[in-house]
Amino acid sequence: MAAMVDMAVDAGVPLVEMVDVGKSYGVIQALRGVSLRVNAGEVTCVLGDNGAGKSTLIKIMSGLHQQSEGALRVDGEEVRFGSPREALDRGIATVYQDLAVVPLMEVWRNFFLGSEVRKRLWPFNPLDAEGMRRTARAELSKMGIELDDVNQPIGTLSGGQRQCVAIARAVYFGARVLILDEPTAALGVKQSGVVLRYIARARDAGLGVVLITHNPHHAYLVGDHFVVLKRGQMSLDGKRDEITLDELTQQMAGGDELEALTSELRRAQV
Amino acid sequence: MSQTLERPPEAAVPKRPARPSLLYRAFVRPETGSLVGAIAILIFFAAVAPPFRQLTSAATVLYASSTIGIMAIAVALLMIGGEFDLSAGVSVVTAALTASMLSYELSLNLWVGTLVALVVALAIGWVNGYLVVRTGIPSFLVTLGTFLMLQGLNLAVTKMITGTVATRNISDMDGYDSLRAVFASQFTIGGVAIRVTVLWWLLFVAVSSYVLLRTRIGNWILAVGGNADSARAVGVPVNKVKVGLFVTVGFLAWFTGMHLLYSFNTVQSGEGVGNEFRYIIAAVIGGALLTGGYGSTIGSAIGAFIFGMTTQGIVYAGWDPDWFKFFLGIMLLLATVTNLWVRRLATRRG
Ligand SMILES: Nc1ncnc2c1ncn2[C@@H]1O[C@H](COP(=O)(O)OP(=O)(O)OP(=O)(O)O)[C@@H](O)[C@H]1O
Ligand SMILES: [Mg+2]
Repeated sequence: MAAMVDMAVDAGVPLVEMVDVGKSYGVIQALRGVSLRVNAGEVTCVLGDNGAGKSTLIKIMSGLHQQSEGALRVDGEEVRFGSPREALDRGIATVYQDLAVVPLMEVWRNFFLGSEVRKRLWPFNPLDAEGMRRTARAELSKMGIELDDVNQPIGTLSGGQRQCVAIARAVYFGARVLILDEPTAALGVKQSGVVLRYIARARDAGLGVVLITHNPHHAYLVGDHFVVLKRGQMSLDGKRDEITLDELTQQMAGGDELEALTSELRRAQV
Repeated sequence: MSQTLERPPEAAVPKRPARPSLLYRAFVRPETGSLVGAIAILIFFAAVAPPFRQLTSAATVLYASSTIGIMAIAVALLMIGGEFDLSAGVSVVTAALTASMLSYELSLNLWVGTLVALVVALAIGWVNGYLVVRTGIPSFLVTLGTFLMLQGLNLAVTKMITGTVATRNISDMDGYDSLRAVFASQFTIGGVAIRVTVLWWLLFVAVSSYVLLRTRIGNWILAVGGNADSARAVGVPVNKVKVGLFVTVGFLAWFTGMHLLYSFNTVQSGEGVGNEFRYIIAAVIGGALLTGGYGSTIGSAIGAFIFGMTTQGIVYAGWDPDWFKFFLGIMLLLATVTNLWVRRLATRRG
């Protein structure tokens, strides 16, 4: 696996590549001229303010939307995904902040949703419930989530745990590219740590990770490559060694705007 | 290709605490509340209405329950899948009218009319489903539309063809005997006459419950009603599942319609209105969540059984049947409160 990954990197063929991609929703141009590469064993962070177009960007990669212009390549081959299933079949899995799980369904059912294991038994081909329970429990405990019971509704887990179940599911089903839309947005410090640690493990296992976040600190903790979007366009694109946390924070907050805001708030306090 | 992440040292994995007891897990099933309610009602009527205690009464109660219960299964599945069907009551009558009038007017074997009615009923379900998934209009509105259309069609077409509001008697036509055996016969066990719909009902409940809990389709139904967007994101064919559920309602509407036709031999075209709520109420009493994603078809059966017990129980107690609606209202409220409470327990943190 590692050898294969190295070869792919050497050959310079990214797992996913976007070239000059644009997307408009009717008259709203949500994205324009965005280029991005997702390499195996790297975390690519996409940052930006509300409405910058981050979700739009990853929805194109994950097959929920199609780009209006530009090209999307997977393993160097140009593709247009018609549905999330097609993206999944190419190994691109997405974990959405708000639509990661079905709250009232049991943990194991959520884990296997859409990829259920079935027994060959006429006429119904029933679910292999015991097998799926066992696998779900084992996979979750590998990433440090110890549940009393995989039969409990997933809505009873904490936000971080739910997020981790969704990530573990994607990894288990052979994702090569893992797209995470603001996985830490609703989480406290400790829970965010759990998720970030898991992202790092996925990266070390050779996955290409795309991390969407508002938080430059979280991005800088795990990121190898940073892209900042502003009103649908790229305002920064750099590797980890080309950029500091301060620069990233500055870019995120809109640079000068932040300084103006800082002095304004200072004065207000006096 | 399946990857696994690095495993932490074995010692770091704490031992998994024991599973919650079976009793607890049974307690938090969707149908638990309704089961308690059904037992209470059973005891109540057995106490106040002596005829209720007889075995023949049990058969009558079961029959009354089955006529609601068969449709309540499909309606419950649809609700678990996050949708409603207000046309469920009148489409039963549409199916019965189709089979009856088509066979009679064209002098066909009743089997032909019955199969055409099946196609019509499935088509009604399909149209409902297709409109809901394609337009995104809430199913409450779409099926309110089809409800009104079918109600009008039932009456208008019947009057146009027969000149009255009812269809002609079909009991001397070809195929009648075999069809009556399938849909409306009865048999005797230990001196008690049991209607065949009771058996069909139990069979449908068993199959649907197995499908819901133990098959992939069932998993998808729960997911589609629980969170359609996240189901779609992991590759569940949300639209197909929803259309399939509406078609299932169509199928059982046909079945119920055929029972209606072959047990009375003639169909009143204005019937069926209001039954859609009976089905929905049975499903809700049985623990189906109005917003979807939770419920059971066994629950819908218990809900229908409560219906049957109450209608018959009031008769056996010698009360004015008007009390039925009052009882129904109380039961619906009690059931929803109990179900809410059970679900809270089920989804409690920790
Ligand atoms: N389905 C849609 N139809 C029309 N406009 C849309 C749609 N989805 C997004 N937009 C618009 O596209 C722009 C980018 O939205 P997007 O959701 O990609 O932003 P974002 O960077 O993810 O923001 P946030 O940080 O708030 O999640 C916004 O102006 C938004 O209003
Ligand atoms: Mg977003």
